[in-house]
Amino acid sequence: MKILECENVCINYDDVRAVDNVSFTVEDGDFVCILGENGSGKSTLVKGILGLEKIQKGTIKYLNGIKPNELGYLPQTTIVQKNFPASIYEVVLSGCLNSKKIIPFYSKKDKQKALEMMKKFEIDNIKNKSYQELSGGQQQRVLLARALCASRKLLILDEPISGLDPVITKKMYQKIKDINKQGMTIIMVSHDINYAIKNASKIIHIKNKLLFEGTPKEYEKSEIGKLFLGGCHHG
Amino acid sequence: MVNLFEEIFTYEFMIRALIVGSLVALCAALLGVSLVLKKYSMIGDGLSHVAFGALSIALALNVAPLYIAIPVVIIAAFILLHISQNSKIKSDAAIGLISTVSIAIGVITISLSKGINTDINSYMFGNILAMNQSDIILSVILSLFVLVIFILFYNKMFAITFDEDFAKATGIKANRFKIVLSILTAITIVIGMRMMGTMLISSLIIFPSLTAMRVCKTFKSVVITSGIISVICLFFGVILSYVYSVPTGACIVVTNAIMLVLFSITKKTIKI
Ligand SMILES: Nc1ncnc2c1ncn2[C@@H]1O[C@H](COP(=O)(O)OP(=O)(O)OP(=O)(O)O)[C@@H](O)[C@H]1O
Ligand SMILES: [Mg+2]
Repeated sequence: MKILECENVCINYDDVRAVDNVSFTVEDGDFVCILGENGSGKSTLVKGILGLEKIQKGTIKYLNGIKPNELGYLPQTTIVQKNFPASIYEVVLSGCLNSKKIIPFYSKKDKQKALEMMKKFEIDNIKNKSYQELSGGQQQRVLLARALCASRKLLILDEPISGLDPVITKKMYQKIKDINKQGMTIIMVSHDINYAIKNASKIIHIKNKLLFEGTPKEYEKSEIGKLFLGGCHHG
Repeated sequence: MVNLFEEIFTYEFMIRALIVGSLVALCAALLGVSLVLKKYSMIGDGLSHVAFGALSIALALNVAPLYIAIPVVIIAAFILLHISQNSKIKSDAAIGLISTVSIAIGVITISLSKGINTDINSYMFGNILAMNQSDIILSVILSLFVLVIFILFYNKMFAITFDEDFAKATGIKANRFKIVLSILTAITIVIGMRMMGTMLISSLIIFPSLTAMRVCKTFKSVVITSGIISVICLFFGVILSYVYSVPTGACIVVTNAIMLVLFSITKKTIKI
């Protein structure tokens, strides 16, 4: 069952075409990894899917009843202004907001979910600390927990493990696999090609244009895959 | 001191000033947290100048100021919000234009209408006697309305103020929220403008949240603290204004400024 369909998507920044004529589909339950070198338009494509960047040409469609308020998102960079007053708990809990319908307050269940996610990423013991006072890796964990609170059908992660230490990276990867097994569709931008090949159900490789769409096995055999994998092993 | 309080509470105008004043101070402080953090506080300033123009026209036409000022300021709020979102126009320059044109219209209207009491000082810097019996009911209803909507929107307010892109990406209607925020701000400014003065009402939005942010580190504590600070400052400001017979708005700005200094000094010692 298709849940997302991108057709000939083009996205520009002024005159620069960051995403050029990209088409692909995502099935329910998929684990899609988007690969590509720096500046190849991965983050831009993801923002286009989320409606944060204007699509110049082409269409992006959610199918089979997926709504924007059922997805979670981890941005590659989040610029929060200096001295913004916000505790870790407040930030994580705000991920639950998109599931609220008429009653605009958090229920006990929401609070439990937020707490559970904070435990997962080992930030529950500092939950009243100010977000601004955390290290980069700790902030990343907070935003991951928020993304997981927000997602019910689709989780979009833009380089989720950047800045995480090895222990948390492992847990993060385990967590992503677990929730994918439980039925969550995942789209992940990553530079960890080995992880992608081992775990993804579909690989998309872009360099502004779409270079590859297919299974990890096919990717390993393809020209572009060999090139990229080779670069990885030796570099 | 005790005598002073006894005296104050025998005057109906003082009780009116304190009731409406505290409600307005509370509304302005609560909305102020998001406005300041989102860097929209200039909109509040622009709206207060529009309120001045609307107020003088209302008084020249001899209509109750609230009825003219509320729609005019809400429309202005939409225009300013639209400008601030449209990156092609320089928004601070546009706010400056709208502000000065409104003041110009206001001043011309006041000079032309000689028949009415032309105490321009009180329009601009506030007057303790400004609230009459008919204003008070509407003001109380409107400020309660602002408070209820604020509470209903509180969680959205945090989410959108903290990270607008995430909110938008996960299906929260951020633009609708901005419209609500500007309507609430417009209403608050209009209710407070007579007492605070149109030139000084925007201080009620900016000061309390800045003061609270000196010490508080979570959004909730900032919101609650700025509400409390704002009401306390209003109370002392109104009393100062009564005792020394000086413009109310000016007194409230001074008490707020003192509070900001006090909090800045304590910043190094306490953290909530
Ligand atoms: N806000 C922006 N304004 C102008 N150009 C931009 C903007 N964001 C990205 N670009 C340009 O668009 C292209 C694609 O950028 P994008 O961030 O999508 O790359 P990416 O694949 O995510 O790279 P990375 O691996 O470094 O995260 C780049 O050439 C970049 O310079
Ligand atoms: Mg990127």
